[in-house]
Amino acid sequence: MSSSHRLSIKDLTVSYQRVPALHHIDLELRCGKCVALLGPNGAGKTTFLKSLAGLLPFETGTVVFEGHEHTHARHHTHRHQEPSRRGGSERCIAYLPQRSVVDWDFPLTVRGLVEMGRFPALGNWGRFKREDRRIVQEALAATHLQDLADRQISALSGGQQQRAFLARAWAQHAHIYLLDEPFTGLDRNAQTHLGELLRRLSAEEGKLVIVSHHDLKTVPDLFDQVIFLNGELVAFGDVAEVFTPERIAETFSTHVFTG
Amino acid sequence: MLWLTEPLHYEFMQRALLGCVLVGFTNGFLSAFIVLRRLALLADALSHSLLPGLAVGAIFFGLAPLGLFSGAVIAALLVGVGGQLVARTSRLKDETAIGALYTVSFALGVILLKYARVPVDLNHFLFGNILGISNTDLWIIYLVGFLASVCLVSQQRPLLLALFEPSVAMSVGVPVARLNYLLITLMILAMIASLQAVGVVLSIGLLVLPAATIYLLSDSYSLMMWGGGVLGAAGASIGLLLSYWTNIPSGPAIVLVLGAGFLAALICGPRYGVLARYLRPRHLHGESLARWEKKTRADAPLAPQSTGD
Repeated sequence: MSSSHRLSIKDLTVSYQRVPALHHIDLELRCGKCVALLGPNGAGKTTFLKSLAGLLPFETGTVVFEGHEHTHARHHTHRHQEPSRRGGSERCIAYLPQRSVVDWDFPLTVRGLVEMGRFPALGNWGRFKREDRRIVQEALAATHLQDLADRQISALSGGQQQRAFLARAWAQHAHIYLLDEPFTGLDRNAQTHLGELLRRLSAEEGKLVIVSHHDLKTVPDLFDQVIFLNGELVAFGDVAEVFTPERIAETFSTHVFTG
Repeated sequence: MLWLTEPLHYEFMQRALLGCVLVGFTNGFLSAFIVLRRLALLADALSHSLLPGLAVGAIFFGLAPLGLFSGAVIAALLVGVGGQLVARTSRLKDETAIGALYTVSFALGVILLKYARVPVDLNHFLFGNILGISNTDLWIIYLVGFLASVCLVSQQRPLLLALFEPSVAMSVGVPVARLNYLLITLMILAMIASLQAVGVVLSIGLLVLPAATIYLLSDSYSLMMWGGGVLGAAGASIGLLLSYWTNIPSGPAIVLVLGAGFLAALICGPRYGVLARYLRPRHLHGESLARWEKKTRADAPLAPQSTGD
């Protein structure tokens, strides 16, 4: 692998009102991989992504990336949780929420959305320079959105909307991309297109891409590795080894692990 | 043309006009954030709850602007914080809690005003009286406007991130909760500053109409901020002059002028207006329309009705 960057998750437990939704997850993920996050509804997929993004406090455990530790004090309630450290470590993570939580009528064009990706690096006062403009242009080109750059974000198709958010993450120059159900509601062409983009991000650009996913049929085509999750970690590994009928049955079996 | 410049000869009109420009700009500038953060209902509730504070101020300090100002700040804080407390400690949701508290506090205010040291006109508190604006009032408005502009412009980027998608904003380190409190604080201050112009009942108009109008006309966030400020200032000034010429109360005149602009945008807006929606061609994409026409033309000599696929 071109990159030796690792995301180490040790003993991660995340709770809602003291009821754990994720139990003692241990994982070691390497950059340059495109990873599927699979599990039944309520398995904690969104919780897992949000906790990596620093949006939820950890009950136990640590997440370490490139020496930056994301640890969250236990006494914080998640409503008031703010990332413990500002600057460096947050900038390297890009979180793409489910499409349904976005206000698509917001007065924002595609270019404006992608430019927002530069804000963490620029801070409140940093001038938007030619270099930033170039990065935005590059992100738009990579996601094939140049021609749509001046459209308002609701005037895009579902696939284009996903790509626009991906372009923002791209402009952020993040190392870790956390995508929550990006393939939901996309037709086959749009799925293929997005899949290729994620491949390019991971294989060529050496990023770590983690995607929560529902459609088991497409897993071998889209991903390098899978994480099976059902409250606890069921299995993790390369698609060829771990993505087997037995594992799938085990993960999606009616037995749901609850605290 | 004399009638046009005539009001400007009077000192009280000059002062009122300056007040209108400042109040209109401050509220209009803030209104982008109120609209996008969906704070309009909270703003309405908090503005009504200012009344008992004004009344207590009038009881202790008469009509001194600083006394009224402090009373109003305290009342808004009590209702705002009280609403949060009730919502957290009972099963009520916060809009219910604030709704309950603000009506009670409004009623209390109306009664308390009876006990003010000096005879006060309830109408002035409810609907404003810009002609009675004092120098201290102007200073308060100016300072609030300055503070709001500096805060909002300096926090423009994190605010945009937080307004658009709070969870993503948090993941890149934006202090979303703190920005929210900042917005509510500025909103309360702007509301109090506009009391003299439009009163507690109408102040929500200045805080919502300017940005709502621009929102219907454009897709630009910064245009909503600056355009909202300009529109607010223009609307307030035009309203004031109209009230002078036609001898109607100034507060309602200001809100009606802004309301007329809003209605015009709602109906005639080129992209999001009601008319545009009905007049738009049925095919949204010109390209698909062209292809369809070409196809029907090609099919026409044969059998126009059997299109098949």
